[in-house]
Amino acid sequence: MWGIALLVFREVLEAALIVTVVAAATRGVARRGVFIGGGITLGVVGALVVAAFAGAISQALSGVGQELFNATVLLAAVVMIGWHVIWMSSHGREMARQMKTLGGAVQTGSSSLALLLAVVALAVLREGSEVVLFLTGMLAGGAGGLIPGLAIGILAGTALGFALYFGLLRIPVRYFFTATNWMLVLLAAGLASTASRFLIQANLLPAWGNQLWDTSWLLGNNSLVGQTAHILVGYDARPAGMQMVFYVITLALLWMGTRWLGHGTGQPRAATSATAVLAGTANSGN
Amino acid sequence: MKFALPLLMVLVLPLVAVAADVPTYTLVLKNHRYVPDELKIPANTRVKLEVINQDPTPEEFESTDFPAEKIVMPNSRTSIFVGPLKPGRYGFYGEFHQPTAQGTLVVE
Repeated sequence: MWGIALLVFREVLEAALIVTVVAAATRGVARRGVFIGGGITLGVVGALVVAAFAGAISQALSGVGQELFNATVLLAAVVMIGWHVIWMSSHGREMARQMKTLGGAVQTGSSSLALLLAVVALAVLREGSEVVLFLTGMLAGGAGGLIPGLAIGILAGTALGFALYFGLLRIPVRYFFTATNWMLVLLAAGLASTASRFLIQANLLPAWGNQLWDTSWLLGNNSLVGQTAHILVGYDARPAGMQMVFYVITLALLWMGTRWLGHGTGQPRAATSATAVLAGTANSGN
Repeated sequence: MKFALPLLMVLVLPLVAVAADVPTYTLVLKNHRYVPDELKIPANTRVKLEVINQDPTPEEFESTDFPAEKIVMPNSRTSIFVGPLKPGRYGFYGEFHQPTAQGTLVVE
């Protein structure tokens, strides 16, 4: 039972951390719960589908289907997070102001929210499909304690996610969206780095040095803190050079994106964002 | 998504070109154990590991010492590229059966 609980916990934690950062980044946004709940539900359904087709995915594209699938899912999440971050860089300040004046309720356009729904769904799908495959194996092997193991794992993983969430809520409102935006940026960079790992393993990309450094003596990839840092900031105790390239390029692109697309038009947008926000709400009211 | 297919093709092309002359080593999963549980591979060389799962349950070949994370379906095989690694010992495991599925790559 504890073995099952531990594995489920680790997978759930990875997804829960991503969901937490997204939840924090959309704090105060109207109908946010529906979006996140919808994302998780979609992710669970997707996980079942992916697990059902795991064999076919593995055999696809002369054996590299699994790697390409994982890399695609991860990079899609990176693009969506990136889009949101850049969008937020011009709307974040306005959101923070609204939160203070309107007592917490922020109305925002739904396009950016839908992207984050997809990020939540992809995170749950990726980790969830592993859990499903693991559990079907355990079931076939006649292992006991499946249900309690699953329950404990899910509860413990989600509990840590909630703990992080309430920790983040302590950040003062003034800095809040700046902080969550940076967390999204680091999250995206880390996901991009993980995507490159899959492409290296499939021989689609060179490693460019398999161990740029080795800090496993300090913080192992497999430890709880190491795994948490892996998701939140892309920590890897023994990164390949190519992972670093993906990480830095993602950081650079998002930084430039927020610079040029965000702040560049920040002033006029801030002035008109109230109407833009209203229009966004009207559009999303279907 | 419009650019997904060309991107895919660009990614897959080098594989066709490169995969031919890489030294290949085989690992068998049986009763949730790796056979052999210690595998010697040459240093500073990219190698291909063939992982054959003879168990009726899925397994995930994984390592925290080198980039590797791949599901091996029941009674099937998959391959994964490793290295080039510096000399040393690198652990790997089966994530779904960690108490028994443990192995080491001895790079020399």
